[in-house]
Amino acid sequence: MKTDEVPQDEARTYGGQKKLMYAVREDGEYTGVKSAGWEVETYATVRAVEELDRLRDDAVARAKAGATSPLEAHMYVRRMDVATLAAVTGIWEWRVKRHFRPSVFAGLSTALLERYAQALDIDVAALKRAPE
Amino acid sequence: MADTAASPRFQHRQSAHCESGVVANLLTHNGLKISEPMAFGLSSSLAFAYIPVVKMAGLPLIAYRMPPGNVMKGVEKRLNMRWVRQTFRDPSEGARELDAQIDRGRAVGLQTCVYWLPYMPEDMRFHFNAHNLVVYARDGADYLVSDPIFEDANRCDSASLQKARFAKGAMASHGLLYYPTQVPREIDYEAAIRGAISRNYKYMTKAPLPVIGVNGIRFLGRTIEKVGKDPAKREKYLPAFLGHIVRMQEEIGTGGAGFRFLYASFLQESAKLLNNALLAEAAKDLTDAGDEWRRFALQSTKMCRGRATMDTAQLAGILNDIAARELAVWKKLRAL
Repeated sequence: MKTDEVPQDEARTYGGQKKLMYAVREDGEYTGVKSAGWEVETYATVRAVEELDRLRDDAVARAKAGATSPLEAHMYVRRMDVATLAAVTGIWEWRVKRHFRPSVFAGLSTALLERYAQALDIDVAALKRAPE
Repeated sequence: MADTAASPRFQHRQSAHCESGVVANLLTHNGLKISEPMAFGLSSSLAFAYIPVVKMAGLPLIAYRMPPGNVMKGVEKRLNMRWVRQTFRDPSEGARELDAQIDRGRAVGLQTCVYWLPYMPEDMRFHFNAHNLVVYARDGADYLVSDPIFEDANRCDSASLQKARFAKGAMASHGLLYYPTQVPREIDYEAAIRGAISRNYKYMTKAPLPVIGVNGIRFLGRTIEKVGKDPAKREKYLPAFLGHIVRMQEEIGTGGAGFRFLYASFLQESAKLLNNALLAEAAKDLTDAGDEWRRFALQSTKMCRGRATMDTAQLAGILNDIAARELAVWKKLRAL
């Protein structure tokens, strides 16, 4: 890639930042060049973020309707999935999934609720409510 | 030997990649001037791996470099220096040790989770536990942070930094704090470069599994073709899979083309240091391979967006061409 080929497509995903790329100058020498973004990369990032947002909105709606526990919604609000939440809390995946059932969640011990709350960085009272 | 404590103020220098940036900046700060590409190259960190059994959010692991920690370990070996590495069972002890080091005037590297860093743009916040940065000073309740992927130094409040350091889960850092000792004043470039390239040659061409190195690039191409022929996967999974490859190649701080340009820059710098024409040629050839990686990203994205007809055979063809180009580079380097 030549220095004048380093893409400068203002990417919303960079939050106004520029990334460092390595590119070749006219005289053949490598140099660092700041890039404001590449449309191709932005498309992939935005798709991934949109998918996370979709999962979040879907879980929040289901939690509000009582179809899943608030835990699942809070998990997606924190951009986690079951595997990540299980790894962070040290609770088996099948157990985490079981705790998505509102009836099971309602009976969780304070100790378990605190583990989840800590992993999600919210307090227990907030964990028991569906997120906005 | 350079004394690490009470050294001058840390100079922030932007890098493409967090680990090679932190390593290069910490070594430079401690008296051994070294570029990011040189740190990356000397640690033999270029790789390719497509590991379908390891999944991240339902998508397979694709890596263009060696696993986290390899740059640190690699330069340790090539430069014959040492890293002091500390992890902590008790987070509050980790916080105390950080403060003690900073108050002594030492700049230290930390391994953190991207998600909890407050200065990270919203769209870059993911649960990735192996992000490296340097803390070089304290100011009230804030730390002054040199996160090498950003243009300028940042501030981070202590509560957020503590969360980022002690996030649990895959690749958890356990508060890992590190700084170099026994930093040499000079590098024996001849030996270090030859040794590092020879080791990287083995990673790229002699891997015992078909999913690693040059063969892994071809394997990925075959997989894309297979997914394209699977009616259950071609509508939803295929675009997600291709997007995932592009992200791993470009988004995750690679300097472009999945670290290929970074490594080519290392080869070019080495060519000058050793006055070696073969290295200069290899740098050019790897740059060409990198350009093909960029073309692959461009083409597959066009296909995902419906701006070109989905043609997985064409994508596999580009990957095969890249594999051939990279193999030729490594064969050339073998004669070094």
